[in-house]
Amino acid sequence: MATGTFTNAPPPNAALKPVRAKARKPRESAAALWQASPMTYVALVVAALLSLFPIYYMFVVGTRSNDSLGQIPPPVTPGGNFFDNVERLFANPDAMFLVGLGNSFIVSTAVTVSVVFFSSLAGFAFAKLRFRGSNAMLLIIIGTMMVPTQLGIIPLYMIMASETLSWDGQLQAVIVPALVTGFGVFMMRQYASQAVSNELIEAARIDGCSTFRIFWHVVLPALRPAAAVLGLLTFMTTWNDFIWPLAVLGNGDNPTVQLSLSNLSNGYYSDMSQVFTGTAIACLPLLIVFIVFGKQIIGGIMQGAVKG
Amino acid sequence: MTLQTDVGRPAGTDPRRSPRQPTRRHKPPRVWSNRFDMKASPYFYVAPFFVLFGIFGAFPLVYTAWVSLHDWDLIAEEHPFVGLDNYSRLLQDTDFWNSVVNTMGIFVLATIPQLLLALWLANTLNRQMRARTFFRMSALVPNITSTAAVAIIFGQIFSTDFGLANWLLGFTGLDNINWHAERIPGWIAVSTMVNWRWIGYNALIFLAAMQAIPRDLYESAAIDGANRNRQFWSITIPMLKPTLIFCLIVSTIGNLQLFTEPLLFSAGADSIRGGSERQVQTVAMYMYENAFAPYYNFGYGSAVAWLLFLLIVIIAVANALITRRISGEGKR
Repeated sequence: MATGTFTNAPPPNAALKPVRAKARKPRESAAALWQASPMTYVALVVAALLSLFPIYYMFVVGTRSNDSLGQIPPPVTPGGNFFDNVERLFANPDAMFLVGLGNSFIVSTAVTVSVVFFSSLAGFAFAKLRFRGSNAMLLIIIGTMMVPTQLGIIPLYMIMASETLSWDGQLQAVIVPALVTGFGVFMMRQYASQAVSNELIEAARIDGCSTFRIFWHVVLPALRPAAAVLGLLTFMTTWNDFIWPLAVLGNGDNPTVQLSLSNLSNGYYSDMSQVFTGTAIACLPLLIVFIVFGKQIIGGIMQGAVKG
Repeated sequence: MTLQTDVGRPAGTDPRRSPRQPTRRHKPPRVWSNRFDMKASPYFYVAPFFVLFGIFGAFPLVYTAWVSLHDWDLIAEEHPFVGLDNYSRLLQDTDFWNSVVNTMGIFVLATIPQLLLALWLANTLNRQMRARTFFRMSALVPNITSTAAVAIIFGQIFSTDFGLANWLLGFTGLDNINWHAERIPGWIAVSTMVNWRWIGYNALIFLAAMQAIPRDLYESAAIDGANRNRQFWSITIPMLKPTLIFCLIVSTIGNLQLFTEPLLFSAGADSIRGGSERQVQTVAMYMYENAFAPYYNFGYGSAVAWLLFLLIVIIAVANALITRRISGEGKR
């Protein structure tokens, strides 16, 4: 849909187009109105560079030796020291990086599976089942999304450290409070109300399906796209969690990968290339997930935004 | 933030009753279990959230208020009730006020540019273009990196002697800035990482809202002679009002609780204090410092938590009111 006005600056462009557009069909004219100009591309390329550079820089430093940080001008291309750095990183007793990686995988996977399951279940109930007080409950759930629960970590720690549980320093202290989120319930409810047809549920009901079987065999398969997005977002959030794991796991010998990173950067040795290798490895799983599923994640965030 | 709670509950769910009626006479046991299933299942399905949130979300928050009224130390055997003592001490605590000033400074530097730049980016992305997915993905990619990693990377970029930021400043002929040791440069560095991480995310939310605006509004405005700029201020901004308020509230709540970024930015022994002079210590960090390592004074830390809660509520409400007023003007 080239309009042939690429040489013009944007403002006169916009003023000219409607005149030409009048003769066309409305849909086409709308598109013409929104054509990107070269300036748009320049701006977006600059924005993309600013977004990507720190991540790229992390890999640059992470693949170089430590003294490259003292160079002027600073290095901007990757070096060949990556495996050397990894070796030192894994051997570092303060960081316990491998333990951290493993723990983060366990925590994030457990939380993700649970959040997706329970959110789908509750979302299905809110979208498709009739029960007393459902509107009020949904409102409460939306309200909880705005509650700064981070401010409750002191009693939360007291609960976990109490003699009955004595979960401090253990992974379940990080997992259990996160098993279902208001955001997840709301997101699945929004999706379920339009993705699952009532006829299908009724038909299953008439065939004698119990509510749970309807959920498992009819609703859950239909929710798959939203469940995938929720799963990805949950995995990322959990992977990146910091303050609560820090409070309850502390500087013990059972860190998540973020705590490993924090210990690493707080160390008195200033081996920044080792630290950057750590950040690169800690970001890598998420980056891979993002490269593969980025389109769906963006779709999920944008869909949630319009309906939310 | 429209809440159409009725959309998902069409009349279609009603006919479930009709198949039940004839069976009621013939097979009573099955019907009973069926009815129980219909009545009770929904509650079981939504219960996990309420139970978990009650125990691990709401209760701790409320209990924080109770703890804040006590002299409650981790190791002490007893924790006597002291009334509002912790609060009155806190109000005279210069370190606390220092953290409030830091939090507000970083909050302003992080929230306002963040939302304005996100708005600009969304407006720029809202065109017909090539490589649309690439640009959107690169906008979001900072958001999926871990906060700890970002803080470490930016800590290095803003390092005094060999950091990229000072190297670039050198070209403009300015002296090196000691980002880590001075207060306002520290705020700028910390809010830069927050902005870097969240601009793209907010932009995508704005973009989604922009795409929901009917195109004919723009077409008729263009026919009336309104240029792009005018269209943006007279159509886009007013139509975006609910989304703007939503994003503002969410970023207010988030940015007033900043913890990871300033903590790891000031890596080293004084990390929880935000540097040797508490240059970038936020209220959330001050809460942690008192409630956990090194002081383990739960009572005092809880008082900090509640005052922060109060601060968040006041500022979120004020922000919502201001935005409503500002973006409402374009309509009339």
